[in-house]
Amino acid sequence: MPRRERRSVVAVEAVGPYVLVRLERGGLDPGTPGQFFMLEAPGRLLPRALSLCLAPPGELAFLLDVVGPGTAALAALEPGDAIHVFGPLGNGFQLAVERPLLVGGGIGMAPLPYLAEALPGAPVVLGFRSERHAEAAALLPGAEVVVEPTFVTEVIDTARDVLACGPEPMLHAVAELCPDAQLAWEAPMACGYGACYGCAVEIDGELKRLCVEGPVLAA
Amino acid sequence: MRLLNASGCLDALVAPDVARQLDGFVTKTITPLPREGNAPPRIAETAHGMLNAIGLANPGRERFLDDTLPRLRELALPLWISVGGFCAADYAETCAALDDVAAIELNLSCPNVDEAADGAAEIVAACRAMTAIPLYAKLSAAHPDVAAVATAVADAGADGLSLVNTLRGCALDPRTLQPLLARTTGGLSGPSLKPIALATVHACYAATQLPVVGMGGVTTGQDVLELVACGARDVALGTILFSDPDAPSRVRAELAEAAARVGVAGPDDVHAVAHDPDRTPPRERSVTA
Repeated sequence: MPRRERRSVVAVEAVGPYVLVRLERGGLDPGTPGQFFMLEAPGRLLPRALSLCLAPPGELAFLLDVVGPGTAALAALEPGDAIHVFGPLGNGFQLAVERPLLVGGGIGMAPLPYLAEALPGAPVVLGFRSERHAEAAALLPGAEVVVEPTFVTEVIDTARDVLACGPEPMLHAVAELCPDAQLAWEAPMACGYGACYGCAVEIDGELKRLCVEGPVLAA
Repeated sequence: MRLLNASGCLDALVAPDVARQLDGFVTKTITPLPREGNAPPRIAETAHGMLNAIGLANPGRERFLDDTLPRLRELALPLWISVGGFCAADYAETCAALDDVAAIELNLSCPNVDEAADGAAEIVAACRAMTAIPLYAKLSAAHPDVAAVATAVADAGADGLSLVNTLRGCALDPRTLQPLLARTTGGLSGPSLKPIALATVHACYAATQLPVVGMGGVTTGQDVLELVACGARDVALGTILFSDPDAPSRVRAELAEAAARVGVAGPDDVHAVAHDPDRTPPRERSVTA
């Protein structure tokens, strides 16, 4: 069940160009890989939706890319600061798959470390736009890493059960190759729990709320 | 004083625990035909508020009555049905199809769809002819003389007013200098709306003395107290529900403290005091004396 709690920051660490925000877990349930949490961004009106990256004992960790004032506020947190955290929310990945292959693109790799823990031994393919961004692959030892101009779609085994998260063009390309893939999408969200209707995306030919129907959807 | 949600700011079927913290649930606006709503992106954060351009996404009257409404009734909460349309007959037909609900809120002021061709008073009169259910007219502060509109809808048979809807605004991507919303503009809500809500409630209450549901930028119990002081009988929470699903309970607790601070038992004791300097609450009066 989702809960909203005020949690303390344990650490904020650079991972290549990205930032890993580690919070005390408190009474929050880490949920299923692919689910997300709404994190209060200090000084901003709206919280930010982030999928859980890692769930070490007593902690919840979120990987983010600083793209605007909200993520900048989260990246500027310091140990001991406290923020409201609400989750887990949405629908995560279905884990009952026979031959999983985890595919991540850029900051879309965020949910994969936690997903990899739930699917031990599953191969991982990560794609990044630069060598600097590819430093984040350190969170997934053993992953096959490609850097542009090579794309993940050039190296994935399409016979596998693909679980993917990444930028929209990547997800569309993966869906073309693997019609049974599970894809984790992103959309601007004000609330994360179905209240604002802001995160509408086209699902089955209709605009639906990603936070309610997803963020993980069948291809 | 009842604490409600602002229309379009909560889905009671998805979040019943949030709805149950309220004294009534206001639905998203229902139109005669289903509406998908506007293309994404539909929301953007601004410095002290947010913009939305949802565009009245709703299942349409028929599916609402057959499917949504029966499920909402199971929550056993007073239901306020927000009704929208594109001409007076649209509104009136939906009103005629409703019974056994606490109130109907006529959305006469959505900034994200083309406006109804008919005037607010005409729509209210058409609805009044079709239903005895309490009718609240939701108006926009963008009208140059909203108190005159309030008076007109009161004369047309409105039982109350919902004040205020969002105001049209725009936000640009700082890098591309293009609008962040697909529709270019959206309705501004959040804390930046509060002074406008206070002014509008004050003016419309003074003009009509009708019961008012006050809303616009309510974040704390103090905000509720101030809207009531301007003339609101009830208060609705909007954007704050997005960032804080526990807001109804928190705001209620803060409201009790805010009332105690000014020396009254509850918000009803300060209803419309902002219209009369002689009614300054007891705590402040004794300090001044």
